[in-house]
Parts: sequence; structure tokens; C-alpha cells
Amino acid sequence: MKLYENTAAALSRMLTKEEVSAVEVAQSFLERIGDLDPLLKAFVTQTPDIALKMAADVDQRRKQGESLHPLAGVPIAIKDNICTEGIKTTCASRILSNYIPPFDATVVRALKAVGMPLLGKTNMDEFAMGSSTENSAFFTSRNPWDTGRVPGGSSGGSAVAVAAGMAPLALGSDTGGSVRQPASFCGLIGLRPTYGLVSRYGLIAFASSLDQIGPLALTAEDAAMLLGVIAGYDRLDSTSLPEDVPDYHRELETDIRGIRIGLIRENVDQQFDREVNAAVKKMLTVLEQNGAVIGEVSMPLTDYGLSAYYLIAPSEASSNLGRYDGVRYGYQSAGRHLEEMFSNTRGEGFGAEVKRRIMIGTYALSAGYYDAYYLKAMQVRTMIRRDYETAFKSYDLILGATTPTPAFKIGEKTDDPLQMYLSDVCNINDALAGIPSISVPTGLHSSGLPMGMQISAPPSGEKLLLKVAYFLDGQSRAFPQRPQLKTSEGGCN
Amino acid sequence: MDRNFSEEVAHVSRLARLELGQDEKEQMAGQLQSILGIAKKIQELDTSGVEPTSHVINLPAVLRDDEVRPSLPVEQVLQNSPKRNKDYFQVPRITAVD
Repeated sequence: MKLYENTAAALSRMLTKEEVSAVEVAQSFLERIGDLDPLLKAFVTQTPDIALKMAADVDQRRKQGESLHPLAGVPIAIKDNICTEGIKTTCASRILSNYIPPFDATVVRALKAVGMPLLGKTNMDEFAMGSSTENSAFFTSRNPWDTGRVPGGSSGGSAVAVAAGMAPLALGSDTGGSVRQPASFCGLIGLRPTYGLVSRYGLIAFASSLDQIGPLALTAEDAAMLLGVIAGYDRLDSTSLPEDVPDYHRELETDIRGIRIGLIRENVDQQFDREVNAAVKKMLTVLEQNGAVIGEVSMPLTDYGLSAYYLIAPSEASSNLGRYDGVRYGYQSAGRHLEEMFSNTRGEGFGAEVKRRIMIGTYALSAGYYDAYYLKAMQVRTMIRRDYETAFKSYDLILGATTPTPAFKIGEKTDDPLQMYLSDVCNINDALAGIPSISVPTGLHSSGLPMGMQISAPPSGEKLLLKVAYFLDGQSRAFPQRPQLKTSEGGCN
Repeated sequence: MDRNFSEEVAHVSRLARLELGQDEKEQMAGQLQSILGIAKKIQELDTSGVEPTSHVINLPAVLRDDEVRPSLPVEQVLQNSPKRNKDYFQVPRITAVD
């Protein structure tokens, strides 16, 4: 077995016992990147020199007898909307294509502090707006399960990197499903933490009331280890939760007896792929046989969440993206006077989807429409939160399919923005409610593609989510399933 | 497509300081109308008396003492500037001339 085929937890054990060096581990992943990234295009920027230097540093500290974090020497890939000092951070946008942050995001500082070598920055939909990486200004990443299909998005590059063994762990960000949906499409664990659990300082803002950084991993154990590194209060993020963070990894266990789990009726809609629904039901049976108490729950406002989201997220984006004016950083166009320079810079620097969202947001916030659109959407958001509060009176966890179908084909939804938006229909309400939510693999579809199930908990319920995911890992997957890198008939290359 | 909405698109693109080509404007008008069609679904709900969400976890506003802390050195702040003049960002003239 090659080093790159291991989970983060297995690598951690080998490194701790000094069976392998951090440099050997980093080299294995860098070679894998060299072999596969030309085909899969997960990375916008690769940082082999930095990875090897950080790994050598870990090896030296270990040799000197220093007590190290379990993830010291386990490499990681980072989505390209998370700022890395001295390393280009582009948001997969033309407007930031040369931006080199003068500071590290808080999560990056945390990864460096425990000694996780940085393999590179991963591709995404521009400014995290999209569900396939097709909105990247640079290129579309390929799903390693079928290279004619999308990996999902917006954290698609991170998902591809982990699924194909180019990184044992990756960070993504989730505004309305951007960690969970690609995790589902690529057969991974993807966790969206409670809003405020992980610092957003240095995460380039899309929709500030929704954005959260989260781990993409092969197993629940790996996700728990990484969450432990990035979670916690940060005074640089004014929305950060002032709470102590449990040791997610050490507290993992598999006793699920008595946990009350509700199947969301609206998330196993009859319009969804039948096999996707059947896989969710099968998982529920396993949970029930092992002592969980299963029921059904209705979330009647599910459909309204999508509508509210496509007002709230673009409104916040239109405000956040106001900073891209060509003055302090990023792309600058010409103009006879300041305002013309602004308009030209933005018109040339942003791609089509980003422009659409800026337009919707500016419209929804403009005079005469604010009450009917933005304010109303924020009221609906309160109603959705109440829906969840009611559901969590009867259930500890609620669940349903992560996505209506497995990964779709490249180009299939690019002509119709609405069809693309609908692929996140199951993921949006959790984001609006600010609650934690995890996507876990449920097996393979008859097409050979992975499918996923999404489990949600009340705020700060990460420990319970990871426990159930950890239990399911042990039941259904002796070892994480790996893609065979095939290309289907009719998939475009 | 209705003419008023095309004017609306032109108005909003000016508000957003976002230069759009003629083709882009036309395509955008159609797409925005269909997206707003979905968004309008929330009008079906009675929200009277419902507080709008400001923070999902109901965290109070965070205040800190008004103390000066070190910020980035000027050189680092300016390292990404597209146009620079000594220690300043350089921009075109501010007023339009006809």
C-alpha cells in the first residue's frame, strides 16, 4: 500500500511511531499530485517546496523529542478562498488572480501551529458561487469517479484532492452546501460546522451570515481530528462563538443506542433519484438495528429556504464584493475617471455567475425593494430556524439525502443558473439556520458514482454528528472506497 | 422581455458599479427575472410579527476596548496595489470630464 492511500488517522499513527517521516509522507502526496492533477485539475496553486520544508521541520522537531500534535506531518490542501500569507489566493477569480495575502487566515495559522504541511490551494467556483467548479475563472475540476462529471462545488477542488489521494485532508467552505455537496459527489465526509465554531478571519467573504469553513475527509475520524485543530474562539472574528471546544477525536465512540433520528420527509422527495433515497433508507435501517430510535419529521418550509437563500446570499455578496474596486489589490482596468475605472475593473474582473449575484443582491437591497425582498427573506429565515427548533424537540438528529442525484455531467447545467441552484436544495436550510450538518457516503449508485446522506444537529452538535458518522464508517465501509478514475460514455473531456 | 426590466437592469448595474455589455445586459435581464420568480415564492408566507434574523446563534454584538493594536506595515499593505505612488494608492481623477 502506498503512503498516499492512507487515511489521516493511519498516517498520524505511522508518523507518531516513527515508521515513516513527514517528508516521505509529503513526497508521496506530491508525487500523486504530479501524476493525477494534470487530469483532475484539483489545484490552482501547488506548493511542493513549502510542503517539504514544513514536513522537514516536523521531522526535526520529532527527532529532538518534542511532543507533537497527532496531525503533525499530515499534509493538507486548502480551498483557494482561504488566505495564506505569501501564497497566491485567487478565489478562482480573474479579479484576484495575482493576489498574495500579507496575512494568514486564523485556520491556516492553526494548521501551521500543529505542523500540517500545505500541499496547495484548490480550485473552486469563483468566489464560492456555484455547485460544480464550472464557475472557476481558470478551469473545471474533474470528478475522479468519472472524469466526465463535475466534482460538485464550490469546494470541488478540495473534494477531488482528497478523493483521489492527492491530499489526506482538505479545507473547504460552505455557504449553502459547498462542503457537503462535493463531499457527496466524491464519496467523502464533509462537515459544515455550527455558524461561529470556526473562525472566518481570512476566509474571503461571500455571504458573511452563512459562510463557514469545514473539513473534507475520507473518514469521520479524520474529520474529527481536523475539526479539533480549526475550531475555537477567535477574537478576530466578531461572530465567533465564545465556547470551549470538545476533543472531537478523543471523544469519538460508536454507541448510538437511544439517539432519536428523524428522516426529513421533504429531503427524500419522490422526484429524487430512487437509488439515492433507497440508500438513505438502508442506512436508517442499520441505525435502527443498532439501537437508534427512528421516526419521520416534516420540514414544511424546505422549499421557501431556497427562495430566501437566493435573496440573502446575493444581497450579502453584493455588499461584500464592493471592496473589489481595483485600487488596493487585484485586477485593475483603465478608466477616464475613478467611477469608470471601478465599473470597468468589475465588469472585466468578475465572471458571469458573480455578476448575476451582485445584480440580484443590489436589486434586492435597492430603494423600494428592501422590505419586500431582503427583510422578508430574513423573516423567513427566522421561521426556518423555528422549524428546526420544533424538529429538535422530538429528535436529536434529522437527516435526508445530501443531493437529489449523484454527480451530474460537465456542461449539463451551465446554461440554466436555476437548475444549478436547485442542486443545493437539500443543503441550504441548515446553512440558513446556522446548524451543523455532515454529509456521509451511503454507497455507490448503479452508475458507479458515490451517493451521500446529510445528518443535521442543533447548534454545537458536532460531537453527536461525528459519532453517528463514525459508527456508520465502521458498519458500511471497512475502508473508504476509492475511485477508479474512469470516464463515462458521453461525458465530455 | 419587458422594457421596464431592461431599464431596471441598467439602473442596478450602475448602482453596483458593474459595466455590462449589451449582450450581457439582455441575457442578465431574462435570467434575473427567472431567479426573482423563484425568490418571490417567499411572498406566499405570512411573516407579520416575525423578527428578522440578525445572528443565527443570537450572539450579542461584540465590543472591544478602543485600544491601538499594531497593524500591517505600510510596505505589506501596498504590496498588492495595482498602481502605487510612494506610500499611496494611485487612482485616476475622481471627477468626470466631458
